[in-house]
Amino acid sequence: MNFDLNDDHNMIRKMVRDFAETEVAPGAEERDENEEFPLDLWKKCGELGLAGITFPEEYCGIGADYISYAIAIEELSRVDASLGVTISAHSSLCANPIYKFGTDAQKEKYLTPLATGEKMGAFGLTESLAGSDASGTRTTAVRVGDEYVINGSKIFITNGYYADIYVITAQMDKSKGNRGIAAFILEKGTPGFTFGKKEKKMGIRSSATYELVFEDVHIPAENLLGEEGQGFKIAMTTLDFGRIGIAAQALGIAQGAYEQALKYSKERSQFNQTLSQMPIIQFKLADMAMQIEAARLLVYQACYVADKHEPVSKYSAMAKAFAGDTANMVATEAVQVLGGYGYTRDYPVERMMRDAKITQIYEGTNEIQRVVIAANILKD
Amino acid sequence: MNIVVCLKQTFDTEAKITLDSTGKIDTNGVNLVMNPYDEFAVEEALKLKEKFGGEVTLISMGGERVQESLRTALAMGCDQAVLVSDPAIDSPDEWVTAEILAKALSQIPYDILLAGRIAVDDGSSQVAIRLADELNIPSVSSILKLEIEGTKAMVTREIDGGTELIEVDLPVMLTAQKGLNVPRYPSMMGIMKAKKKEIKILTLSDLGLSEADIPKKMTIKKYSLPNPRKGGVKVQGEAGDACKELARLLREEAKVI
Repeated sequence: MNFDLNDDHNMIRKMVRDFAETEVAPGAEERDENEEFPLDLWKKCGELGLAGITFPEEYCGIGADYISYAIAIEELSRVDASLGVTISAHSSLCANPIYKFGTDAQKEKYLTPLATGEKMGAFGLTESLAGSDASGTRTTAVRVGDEYVINGSKIFITNGYYADIYVITAQMDKSKGNRGIAAFILEKGTPGFTFGKKEKKMGIRSSATYELVFEDVHIPAENLLGEEGQGFKIAMTTLDFGRIGIAAQALGIAQGAYEQALKYSKERSQFNQTLSQMPIIQFKLADMAMQIEAARLLVYQACYVADKHEPVSKYSAMAKAFAGDTANMVATEAVQVLGGYGYTRDYPVERMMRDAKITQIYEGTNEIQRVVIAANILKD
Repeated sequence: MNIVVCLKQTFDTEAKITLDSTGKIDTNGVNLVMNPYDEFAVEEALKLKEKFGGEVTLISMGGERVQESLRTALAMGCDQAVLVSDPAIDSPDEWVTAEILAKALSQIPYDILLAGRIAVDDGSSQVAIRLADELNIPSVSSILKLEIEGTKAMVTREIDGGTELIEVDLPVMLTAQKGLNVPRYPSMMGIMKAKKKEIKILTLSDLGLSEADIPKKMTIKKYSLPNPRKGGVKVQGEAGDACKELARLLREEAKVI
């Protein structure tokens, strides 16, 4: 048993932290306020290799492990959870299913530009009637000659509008339920593929969340990902790995909020003592630190399991649910430590508390995570 | 073009300095980083390499942990590193350091040597200049701009109240001032590649030196920490009198006016 990170991990953390503090943190408040998607930061992330961390060099990825990936998302999210989810959705939800299920030609054509950050990726599973229950998928795909024709819509799509490449699911045979679903690779600009409503969100406001609309979208048959009927399995596998990214994002939010509370508690005096000298505040800080350490161990353990190529589902669900709950507890308590100031937008904990909430909701609500965990522990 | 960067590992500028029981600076648990001015030297070297080709070699002296800083510079894009590390080298003075580095450099081809203008720990600003002297090459300190024209360098350096433009023949030692460039981040790819690059570790005997050859000329007798900051003084009394008293304190006690 060894809890030490290796030299690569330490260097990656230092590099991403320097980048995050110098280039990401300064504009985070303004981007949140204006719901402004940072294309310039996305480009810089690509140049630094953050768009393709876990993918092999063969496809212009970095060939690093999942712990490296989690550290990068954690450090970005420590100052700006919106940028964290942009990278996470791109890597885990679009590039990863293409890497795991794509043909060599699909990987060459799509994974390579995704891994370098030249192209941005997104993933479309959720619909108005298909959230936690994917069998409600109403988007349809029909095979016509050497094409598929897609009709329907997807909602709440992270990186929507800005992304160049989309992995989406569609129902091909309703009578088969989940087994009738197929996954496809769709390019922005394909006729009939447009963007609907932009969501106005509580948090992660500088990440883009759009509706995708498909009206007789013709895509070549070669853009089927995996096989017909395999779409549900692809989506579930994708989410199993995606949850590592969200868990790391939640961990980063918790760490960021905790550090803000810790710093403030040493500076703010009331009743002739700093907040940090008051037992009631000390206990809050201790609880935050304890929860964060536990969350970090679960997140890195999920990465460790993924890196060993062992089934990750249970571990990533545990990490995501625990880290998501931790982010909410820590960010809420951080606002409490900062009191009235914490409730204003003059301090980042207000944003962090709003950002934290989504980590309990997306890529499977934390209730669904418990369903996943239960299914895993009861199947033996 | 062959470029050598002299790199020193220093305390993180935010590190808290404490003395151990023997009165020496305690390095335990301290975050060590590449000297921030050396980052400018590394960046300039990489820019030269991008423009003219060639290799960037790092040279450093110190303990095992210096490898972390060398790895960072390798991850930024430098090609290889040489680290002189020997327990026999105990608190070397600047002369000893320059002697050893000069010896190590005798094996390495160079057209340009770069270093930070000052190390943020001891702040002596001596080693690079002494090294140039030892190698019998010119040196220009605190440079803000560098252009290479054939076998000459056009160097802009900072002087009091302005700048100076100097033409100098290669090979030359240049020390980097803040403002020379903006150091790049090591990329993910750079970090992954860095571990495959060589850090050659040399002892004194590898260099054909022994302690006796290079007795230090200077010994540090004592370190002391700055006096802890005292609380402020509030001058009491009626405004006119208080102002007079304040002026007196500033002149006679604080001696600032």
